[in-house]
Order: sequence, then structure tokens, then C-alpha cells
Amino acid sequence: MATHKGFSVRRVGAATIDGMLRLGYATRFLARTLLSSGTSFRRPRLVVRELYFTGVLSLIIIIVSGLFVGMVLGFQGYHTLQTYGSESALGVLVALSLVRELGPVISALLFASRAGSAMTAEIGLMKATEQLSAMEMMAVDPIARVVAPRFWAGFISMPLLAAMFSAMGVFGGYLVGVVLIGVDEGSFWSQMQSAVDFREDILNGVIKSVVFGLAVTWISLFEGYDAPPTAEGVSGATTRTVVTSSLAILALDFLLTAFMFRGV
Amino acid sequence: MERSTLDLWVGLFVVAGIGALMVLAMKVGNMSGVSAGDSYMLTANFENIGGLKPRAPIKSAGVVVGRVSGIRFDNEKFVATVSMSIDKSYKFPKDTSASILTSGLLGEQYIGLEGGGDTANLASGDRIKQTQSAMVIEKLIGQFLYSKAAEGGDKK
Repeated sequence: MATHKGFSVRRVGAATIDGMLRLGYATRFLARTLLSSGTSFRRPRLVVRELYFTGVLSLIIIIVSGLFVGMVLGFQGYHTLQTYGSESALGVLVALSLVRELGPVISALLFASRAGSAMTAEIGLMKATEQLSAMEMMAVDPIARVVAPRFWAGFISMPLLAAMFSAMGVFGGYLVGVVLIGVDEGSFWSQMQSAVDFREDILNGVIKSVVFGLAVTWISLFEGYDAPPTAEGVSGATTRTVVTSSLAILALDFLLTAFMFRGV
Repeated sequence: MERSTLDLWVGLFVVAGIGALMVLAMKVGNMSGVSAGDSYMLTANFENIGGLKPRAPIKSAGVVVGRVSGIRFDNEKFVATVSMSIDKSYKFPKDTSASILTSGLLGEQYIGLEGGGDTANLASGDRIKQTQSAMVIEKLIGQFLYSKAAEGGDKK
């Protein structure tokens, strides 16, 4: 709504009010989604169908990226650690960086561009072709029927995808470190097991991925539902989904890390 | 897509995800290690704990027998009180001594327990009386310099 020309205090004010309005609208949208998710639990088939599209179809990219990130970590970690003669700590380095940071963050970024953009485009197009209005005509609540199942599918699949990413990454690190370079297998696993704590590291990683999953699905569903009903509007909304989700993931990751690993 | 194929894929996805979590918990994490479930508490006072941290391992003869569960400062005796949770399957005699040791040259610090010859065992809540503080490198260097200075003085 930037109707004022050039830089002026008015323009800053208009942008602030606009942003606040949008945030409030998005929050009310989330509240409505949560309140009308009864249908998703009464008819779990709706969620299962969306789980296929958001979860199963994202598997390939998650598994391949996890494997490669782990293998690169293996090479780079070995290169740095062997200068200090502590290449037996390679397992610790690979596992901790994956479980704490890279697993949740990279899989959430991939999830935003793979599944989030698809959700936005789908809902935006449904709105542009007036399918959502048609549902309302037939007394079917589009939020309960279309939005809520997608929300819960994203909420469920994100932590599972992040766990698979981390597990594949550790396997990739093992392949490069132990099989290819020849780090001692026993010390690779035993040092990893003594350094990685279930509650402190793994559970915190899962909490992170749950938060990211919530943020990404919320942003993509809202952008789709809010998109102007034109071809240009839908494409703009899809771009905004990816950009906003990625920034939200990184900002949330900083906040969560600051709270979780502050004193350790 | 047919309903059963869809169900199969989603089922595989969920099972694989939970399986990955289990792998992380069992193979990568230390869930299978010393559990906090069956353990008893011991305390010990140290004059200086150096860099000891909560959750540091407690070893006897090199075997991990428990973990440090808490470190407090005793306001009356001006010592550090370390509470330790020891696995139930390990018993130590009453005159066990505890010392703070370092694994490797710059490694993490841990508590080493050395059993004595007493017939009665330590029970939950007991305090280990014989303790040896952590080595502080500045003190070591100071002692070394003093002894060197003292030797030099004798020769004159």
C-alpha cells in the first residue's frame, strides 16, 4: 500500500501498519486453522493424503542431501581435525553438527522450497479458480477441508524428515571417514556416543524441527490463502513463501540455539 | 493414486522417520549407556574442582560407573560439594577415595574413585571423606618455581 512517493515518514508509518495488519491477519488465520482442525482428526484420510505429498515426495531430496552433507562434513572435518592429531573425534563433529544444527535447518529449508512452495501454489490456484468460494457455496469450510489437513501433515512430516536427514548424514560421514579415509571405526562410534546426549542434543534438534515445521507450513498456507487471485499474484506468493520461510527458519534457529545451548 | 498404495507409502515414510529417530537415539546418542534410572547418590567435598562440569563421567579403574549430577559451593566450609549418581550395580567400600583427574593432556576432567579395604559399602547419601582436588596448572608452576628457587638457595 505504498502510495506515497519517495522516502517519507508517512511511508515508514504505512509500511509498519501494513506489516502489523498482515501479522494480525496471519495469526487469526492460524487460530482459525487450529480451531477447525476437528475435521482432520475425524477424517484422518485427508491428512494421510497430504502426508504423501509433503512427506513421501520430499524423501528423495532429503535423503540425497543428507548423505552428501554428511560426506562433505566427513572430508572437511577430517582435513581440519588431522592437523591436531584428533581425527578420532570425527564422529563427534559429524554427529553434533548434524543433530544440533544442520539436520533441522537444512531439511527445513529444503522442505520450504519443496513442499511449502507447492502448498502455496496449490491453495493460491484453488483460490484464483474460485474452488475455495465454490466450497463455501456448498457449505464446506475450506479452512477445515483444505488448509487444516495440510497444516497437520507438515507438522508431522517435518521432524521425521529432519531425523532422516541427520541419520543419513551420520551414515555419509561414516562412509567417508571410516570406509574411505580409514578412521578407526571403534573410536568413531564410541566417541560419538559419549559426546551426543539424548535429551540435550537429539531432543533439542527434534524440538527445533517441530518449530520450523510449524513456521514453514503456517507461512506457506497463509501466503497461498492470502494470494491475489491472479497468475501474477500466485507466483509472487510462491516466491514470498520461500523467502519468508527461509528467513524465519534462520531467525528462529538463532533464537532457539541461544536458549538451548547458551551455557554449555 | 490408489488408496492402498498411498497408505503403503505414507506408512513406510512414518516408519522410516521413527526408525531414523531410534537410530539417532541408540547408535548416535548414549541412550544405551549408563541410564539415570537405577542409581544411588554420593557426595564429596573438594577444595578445588578445576574445570569439572555437571554430567562429567565418574570412573573407577577406567570404567564409567556414574555421572556428576550437581556441583554446589558450600558456604560454611568454603569447599565445592559434588553430588554423584553411581550405577546401582557398582558398590564401593566406605574408605573409597575420590580424586579429580584429567583424561589426556587437555582432555575433559572426570572423577576417579579408588576403592579401599573396608568391609562395609557406601550407601545412598553417604559422603566420600578422602578427596583430592584438581590440579591447577598455575599452582603447579608456582610450586615448581618455588622448589627450584629453594634448590638454588641451598647450593650457595
